[in-house]
Order: sequence, then structure tokens, then C-alpha cells
Amino acid sequence: MKSIHLFYRVVKKDALLVVCVLFLLAVLALAFVGIHFTGYTYDQISDASLLPPSHAHWFGTDANGHDLLTRILFGAQISLFVAAVGALVSLTVGVTYGMISGYAGGRIDSLMMRLVEIIYSLPTLVLVIVLVTSLDSPVANLLKSAGLTGVNPRLVLIVLFLGLTEWLTMARIIRGQVLVLKQQAFVQASLALGQSHVRILWRHLFPNLFGIIVVYLTLTIPAIMLDESFMSFLHVGLQPPLASWGTLVSDAAFLINPIRLYWWMLIFPGGLMTLTLLALNFLGDGLRDALDPRVRK
Amino acid sequence: MAFSGMAKRRSRRILFTIGLITGLLVLFAGFFYFCGGWALSTPADLTICNGDEPQTLDPAIVTGQLEGRLCLALFEGLTTRNAKGDIIPGMAESWTISPDGLTYTFHLRPGTKWSNGDPLNAYDFLNSWERTLNPATASQYSYQLYYLVNGEAYGMGKLTDFSQVGVKTPDDHTLVVTLTHPTAYFLELTSFQTLCPVHLPTVKKYGTDWTKPGKMVSNGPYLLKTWRLNDYILLEANPYYWRPVPLPRIKVLPTSTSTACFNLFYSGKTDLIIDKSSIPPELVPDLKNEPYFHANPFGGTSFIRFNVKRKPFDDVRVRQALALALDKKDIVEKITRAGEPVATTLVPPGNASYTAPQGLGYNPDEARKLLAEAGYPNGRGFPDVNLLYAGRGMGTQMATEIQALWRRELGINSIHLRGQEWKVYLNTQQLIDFDLCVSAWVGDYNDPQTFLDMFVTGGGNNDTNWGNARYDEMLKTSESTPDVAQRMQILHDMEKILVVDEVPIVPIYFYVGMSLYHSDKLGGYEPNFVDDHRWGEFYLPGKKP
Amino acid sequence: MTAIILRRLLQAIPVLFIVVTLTFLLVRSAPGNPFSTEKKIPAEIMEQLEKQYDLHGSLRHQYLQYMGKVLHGDLSISTQYRNRTVNEIIAQTLPVSMVLGSSAYFLALVFGVTFGGWAAIRHNQWGDRSIMLTALLGLSIPSFVLAPMLVMLFALKLNLLPAYGWGSPDQIILPAICLSIPFAATIARLTRGSLLEVLQLDFIRTARAKGLSEDAVLFRHALKVAILPLIGYSGPAAAGILTGSIVIETLFGIPGIGQFFVNSALNFDPFMTSGVVIVFSVFLILFNLFADILYFVVDRRVKLE
Repeated sequence: MKSIHLFYRVVKKDALLVVCVLFLLAVLALAFVGIHFTGYTYDQISDASLLPPSHAHWFGTDANGHDLLTRILFGAQISLFVAAVGALVSLTVGVTYGMISGYAGGRIDSLMMRLVEIIYSLPTLVLVIVLVTSLDSPVANLLKSAGLTGVNPRLVLIVLFLGLTEWLTMARIIRGQVLVLKQQAFVQASLALGQSHVRILWRHLFPNLFGIIVVYLTLTIPAIMLDESFMSFLHVGLQPPLASWGTLVSDAAFLINPIRLYWWMLIFPGGLMTLTLLALNFLGDGLRDALDPRVRK
Repeated sequence: MAFSGMAKRRSRRILFTIGLITGLLVLFAGFFYFCGGWALSTPADLTICNGDEPQTLDPAIVTGQLEGRLCLALFEGLTTRNAKGDIIPGMAESWTISPDGLTYTFHLRPGTKWSNGDPLNAYDFLNSWERTLNPATASQYSYQLYYLVNGEAYGMGKLTDFSQVGVKTPDDHTLVVTLTHPTAYFLELTSFQTLCPVHLPTVKKYGTDWTKPGKMVSNGPYLLKTWRLNDYILLEANPYYWRPVPLPRIKVLPTSTSTACFNLFYSGKTDLIIDKSSIPPELVPDLKNEPYFHANPFGGTSFIRFNVKRKPFDDVRVRQALALALDKKDIVEKITRAGEPVATTLVPPGNASYTAPQGLGYNPDEARKLLAEAGYPNGRGFPDVNLLYAGRGMGTQMATEIQALWRRELGINSIHLRGQEWKVYLNTQQLIDFDLCVSAWVGDYNDPQTFLDMFVTGGGNNDTNWGNARYDEMLKTSESTPDVAQRMQILHDMEKILVVDEVPIVPIYFYVGMSLYHSDKLGGYEPNFVDDHRWGEFYLPGKKP
Repeated sequence: MTAIILRRLLQAIPVLFIVVTLTFLLVRSAPGNPFSTEKKIPAEIMEQLEKQYDLHGSLRHQYLQYMGKVLHGDLSISTQYRNRTVNEIIAQTLPVSMVLGSSAYFLALVFGVTFGGWAAIRHNQWGDRSIMLTALLGLSIPSFVLAPMLVMLFALKLNLLPAYGWGSPDQIILPAICLSIPFAATIARLTRGSLLEVLQLDFIRTARAKGLSEDAVLFRHALKVAILPLIGYSGPAAAGILTGSIVIETLFGIPGIGQFFVNSALNFDPFMTSGVVIVFSVFLILFNLFADILYFVVDRRVKLE
């Protein structure tokens, strides 16, 4: 009886959280698995240009006659991939930076945090746009010479630089936590025992940061997804034939006119993107309420 | 805790704070208004959607069509065009051409003045042309004056004495021009903005700032009243122009997205959409039946370039196969949709004296045969190649379609799309760093030469690595052939080499110009080959002076 | 405090220097030529063009020329708009973006504080939950998804507001609203969170115990403390509004600086791109400094009480 009660209480309190997780899993499943069952490929054109949803095309078609459902799922793959890998880049840099800064303390810490402050005040997305447009060709040549012709240079650049834009919050939070943990008894004891700093960082501090890392990872993913779609919207992001949700919404936005309402071109990709971001944000919020020790219960 | 009881007082406090902040912001906004941050719209007799913010209004250095339109409203050359597009006298009242076609004597209209009252004379033309040709001006269209004797030498900086160039001013109102070879379309060139005169004292006084409102001095039908970046340009009728200007004020909007342009037209905020790239192609099937939709063919061609130095396009059979297998009807019906005629030749129809040769039509069976002969039966073994295109406008949709069509007919799966931003694309095309390239060309004047002379061996705009000695020879001969019929025959044979025998390019379709306007509200707009509509010809029907 | 301000300003200089250098060098080394047109330009003319713009010679030379000009306050001429100096373009377009940005900021503050405050007062009731969910939605819907939807509804279907353009007051409504929403949402959440925290603090209980009215409690004491995180957020908010305005300006055809930035990056105009980067960076650095000072001042006053 008791355990069922407990489970019921958890589910009731966090019912929406469970829904979010299920939703995200569903999107992932559809994007990577379901896409093969739509009956179309993402680059398959047809004469059925700009048609509203129908039995043949559940989400309608775009100007080239692509099936929009397939395009949206393909876009999901790209958007989610960029967001996830970018967030991992962000995580790696942020956590390392934060841990070193917090652990070192003193002048190194204040210097490192000042750098964070400075970067915080820069128009980072603007700089990313410049970086991505300028480095496109050199990176393409680099990849060609390394034999990696299948890899899209834009994709690499976007993932890399967006990741490098969003690590600041993670670094700050981690550093704060490390500062607190540093004072704790078990760390002091390890130091007294003569354990190396790296070992302390890795074996003792890092596991305790796990919860907070998960939280901010969950919150970084939507931030990067938004940044990437922003850039794609302005046509400085991914180039065709790659498509992300940003490019799909961009196509739709520039089709708005008073005669024909191509509503499906905007509502479906835009709606799915919004719901995904909503789910991620909600999940992140919930996790933060549960796991972030700084948040008052 | 009983919060709700205090709600009224609280909301009043909130309102007060909001009021305070609003007041501050109104002051703030007012400050920016006077800084010019918020100029309220001004009324005009005609509002035109011109396609984008002009890069400059200096006629000597202008390269784009939209800038050209504005320049031709502000300035006028020796000749100009009427609403039908015919060449009529402009600054030159009359002219004579020598029998060998090499010397033109222009007699300027007496009493013409600049917009500041200064008299306009032949020296203005002489000095303006010198300025355009002078390498220091870095005019990208200066080659239009290379038709003049020694024009090219001066333009390249090889000659520094301008008096040796083929333009002389025997007196105030006479201009004598000597050409290197007879040029049938020279009078069209003199109506083009590059050959328009500029008021040199103003240029000297203000430097690059001279094109700004309040400083610019011009001789055309309109004056530049206001120029707000990315916002609007206001033109006012020039009282010094030699004939009356029907519309006192024209407002020009630099809206670049086609749907935005259309929205403005539909809501009545703009009266004329003058550029087909400002009309959303996906709406064209609906708009075609509207009375305000006007379509007319004009001298432009969309085509695909091969890089004939790269495999497999070094084999003419492969090139011919791809040309024969492209279902161009599909492209014009599905993608561009303006009723463009399919093109099997390069030179668009519109010149009465020219007959195009019979080009390569749509023949997929023949194509497959040729491809198999070349060693790629059913597309097997076809190497990986790139199709370069510019990602703007319909570029992506068209490239996607072309790729799919070749896959469908020839079984070629190894053509990859390579989209680039406009400037990068231009660069790549000029470096000939591609296998296939979606290209286009719009004629500067109504003569096949403007299309055919692109493809001379090593020509600056060839960009295919193709060359043919006989082709070059024929072009040279045609230039010194004064007889029209004979010359046209030579050009006809040249084009046959280009689009049937050698096929370094695959023509796709001929441009159809589209414009939106209500004919009961705008007169003086008529279709013509060069898509050149002079704004000085516009009038409101029922009010023609 | 003067020391802090001076230190921050001094720090800003090398940062700006690095950022501008990076931008200029990147844009110049990219393969797109700013002077390319469809009809190829002869090499001699290209050389002349480059000389005119001080873009001739080695990259190092070009860079030094440019930096020299910048230090004199001359941001050089735009390669795309051939007789416009960058200074001129910025002077004309920046005020427009400022009007849009500050309107959005103001709306975000008003809506954010109002709804956040409401939510805090109705803590854990239905009102709180629904406001917070709406705020989360506001954070999650990208502006370029919301804007076309609002345009479709209000401008095209209902014909209430203009869909495009700039120049009359009604043309600012939709863009400002679209731009402000994500920030209003964040501000709402922050306001609610910090108000809730503050309302539980000791000194509030003391004030209530002293018999002060709810109003006084709320406005004189709680709000002052609760405002701190908002001031802290104003820096990132300004940065966000700046970047967000680029998309909004593109969608609504507003002649601000954002559109020029995208265009110049895509056209490899090194001067315009660098110029915009400088302007944005300077603005943000100053704004952040101002916000920090404000935070400091308010924090001091709170601590004094």
C-alpha cells in the first residue's frame, strides 16, 4: 500500500514531468526511427507543390513537393543533434572551466570569473554569425584534405561555436558549487592524505556535481536549439539540402501573404519545435527544483 | 493572509509606476524621433517597390538593375527610351551616323540645365565619360565605353592621355564619338546609366557624399529629395528637366522579400511592383488571372554552365545527354510558374532581325543513348559532381528540381547540391571552381551579341573553360560586317555551335518579366525587351499633360 | 566604486580590440569578394577598387589601415553601399533599433513584473500555476514562429495592424510585442521567484508584526530587495533583445541596424560587419556596467536597512 501511495504521490506531483520525458522520447523515436516509415525521403520532390494536409501527405507539402512530415522529422534529427552535441561541448568546457576556477580559488578564480563576465557582455550570437560565415570554406577544405568529405562544414562550425557560446552559465554554477564543496570535510581529509588535485576533482567533486550538471545540461539544450534555429532563419546557419526546424520555419515565414495561407508550413514545424522546447524547459525546471541544492524547497 | 483586500490600492500603485515609466519612454521616443529614428511616412503620387536598398546612386559605378532604374530617373544620357522602350532623343536633340558606322555626331539640345541651374553642355559628357573610364573611379561597367577608340586602353590604365580617346567636343553643343568597329546598338548604350553625365563640380566638392539628397545635382526627370536607408527614397519632379514630368512625387521602397512586397501591394501601400523577383512565385498561378498582373518576356536567359575541363563534362556526349534529358517544362511549370518559355537556345527572342537556330529539345531516349555511348549506361559509374547555385530566391528549389530530374531520366545519383550565398557563389563561379553551375544572363541591349560574346575563348564572363577558335573568328567577322542580314546569319551560326554542337551550356528558360500595377492607376508602363521602364514616362491616366 | 567603474572600462578596451580584430580578419580572409558582380570585373579595375577601400595589399596592411581609422573614430566606407560611410549607416539605423529595443524592454518589464507579482501573490493557487506555464510557453516559442503567426492573425486576417514597415506608430506594436515576449516571460519568473523568497524573510515578518499595511510591506520593503535579480538580468536581457531584434527587423522590414548586419556578413563587407560588432559590443559593455552600478547601489541601500 505504502509504496503505491508514494508512487502515486510522486506521479501526481511530477505527472507533467513524466509526460515531458515521454514526449521527448516520442520525438526522438519519430525522428530517428519513424522517419523511415513515412513513405517518403526527405529529399524526394514531387509535383504536389504547396498542398495542405491530405491523406497522402499528412502534414502537407512544401514548394518543391517534399512531404512536410518527413522534412519535419529530418529537421528534428538535425535540430536535436546540433542541440545535444552543442550542449555536450558546452558542458565539457563549462564544467572543466568551473571546476578549475572554483577549486583553484583566489586570484586564478577571480581572473577566470572576470573573463566570464567579459564574455557575458559580448554580443556572442553576432560573433558566431561572423565566425560561421567566414570559416565555412577553410573548414570545408580542411575536412576535404582529412578525407572527411561526408561531413558538412557548416554543421561542425555551428555545433562548435554555439557550444562555445553557452558554457558561461554552466561554468558559473559549477564554480559556485565547487567553492562550497571544497570546504567540506571529505575534501579537506583527502587533501590532508596527500591525494593529487586531479584525483580529488575527479573522484570526489565531480560525482557530487552530477545532479547539477544534468539540470543545466537540460537547460542548455533548448538554448542551443533556439540559437541554431535563429541562425538558420537568417540563412546564415545550415544550408540546403540540410534542413533544421529553423530553416523550415524560415521558409514558411517568408511565404506569408494575404491570398493563400500556407498555415501547415508554419504551424507544424513551429508547433513541434515549441512543444519540444517547452518540454525541455519544463523538464529542466523540474529537475532544478529537485536537484539544485541552491533552490529553496 | 488577506491580500485581496488591498488589491485596489496596489493596482493603483502599479498604474502610477507604469504611468511614470510610460512618460519617460515617451520622452525617450521623442528624443529618438528628432534624431531621425522615426520619420513619419510622407505621401506620394506613386509608390514603387524597387527590390532592395540601392548600393549607390552614382551612375558611373552602378551595376545592379534596381540602382539603374533609380539612376535613370535622376539622370539622362544622350538618348533615352520612351514607354515602349524605343530609343528617342534625350540630352541629344539629333545625331548623324557616318556611312561606315564608326562616327556618331550628337547635337545637344540647347538651353538644357542641371538641377541647380548650371547650363549643361558637351564638356559635361566628355568629362563624365573620362571619369567613368578612369581606372581610379573603379567603375565595373566602364567596359561599355571600350567601344570608343582607345577606350579600352584608357580604361586599363595603359593610356593616360584622354584626348586620344574617341570622343571630341568641337563646340559647346556637339559631341563627336568615334568607335573601333560598327556597333548596331550604340544608341542603346548612350541611354544606359553608365554613359549619363554627372555634374563634376558637385562630385569634386563633396567626394563620395555627392549622391546624397541636398547635394546631388542631376539632369533627369527627378531630383533626390529624401534617402533613408532601408526605409524609402523620395523623388521629386525636376523643374529644370527639358520636358514636363507628369508625376510630381515618387516614393521608392527598398523591400527585398517578395511576400512583403506583395503584402504592401495588396494592402494598397505600394502601387507598382516592378521587379519579378519581388513577386512570390508560388502565388503566380493565382495572380495570373488578376487584372493587375502584367507579364512580358524580356531579354534574359537562365541556363546551366558545364566546366568542360572536368570529367565527365570534357566529353561532349555527356553534355549533350544532360541537355537532352532535362525536362525544362517541369521547371517552368512547377518552380518558376510565370509562364516562362522553355529555352533551347541562349539568345532570347525579341530581336526582329535575328532567327535563332534549332536547339536541343527534350529527348530522353537520345540522351540515354548518348550517355551509354560515353560510358555511363543508366548513369552507372557517373562520377561525383557538384551543382553550384546561389541560395537566394528560387535558387534552392530550382537546383533541387534539376538534380531530381536528371536522377529520374538518366539514373544519375551522384550529382550533389552545393548552395552558396550570393557573393560567395559569384566568386566561385568566376574562379570556375565547379562542375555544374546554375547561371543566368540578362542582356544589356537588344542584340544577340550581348549574349553570344560571353563565350569567346577566355572571355571574362565565359566561366566554362570552353573555347572554340572558329566561334571567336566568327564573332570578329560579325563585328566588322555592316550588313544587318549578313551579320545576323553569322551570329545564328555561332549560336548553333554553342547550343547544338558543343553545348558548354544548357539553356533552361527565357525570362518573363512580371509586374503588378493597376492599369487604371498607372500609365506609361509598357513591356519591352530590355525591361527598361523609364519613370519619367509614368503618368496617372486621365491626367496626362 | 569609482575604482570598479574605471577598472571595468579599462578592461573593456582590450576586449573590444580583440573582438574587432577577430571580426575584421575573419571577414577579410573568407573567400567571398565584396566587389563581385555577375559580370566579371577586369583585374585592373578590381585593384583600383581595393585601393580605394584600403583593402589592397597584405592582410596585415589592410588591418593596420583599418585600425588606424577606427582609432580616429572613422569606421570606413561600406563596400556594399559604395557611398555610405559606416558611421553614416549606423547613425541612421541605430536610433531605429534603439526605439524598437527599448519599447520591447519596457513592455517586457511591465508585463513581466505585473504577471510575476500576481503569480507570487497567488502562490500555489491556480493563477500562479497558469501564469508560470504561460511564461514557460513564452520562453519556448521562438520569436520567428510567434511573429508570423501574429502577423497572419492580426494583420492579414483581422486587418487590425500593419504587417510590415516602419514610420507610423501602429507599425511598432507587433514587432515590439514579439520581441518582448521571451524576456517578459523570464522577468515574470524571476519576479515571482524572488518576491516569494523575499516575502518569507525575517525583516518582512518583522515589518508585518510591526503592523505595517500589506501595501507598505510589498512596495517599500519587499520590492526593493526583490528587484535585485531583475537588475542582474538586465544585462543578458539587453544582449538578448539586441540579437532578437535582428530577426524581428528582418521579418517586419524595420530599417534598423540588425538587417544591415546580416547583409554585411553575407556580403563580406568587412567594415560594416566590424562596425556593427563594435557598436553592439560597446553598447552591451556600457549597459552591463550601468546595470552593475545600479545593482551595487540598490544592494547597498538594502543592506543598510
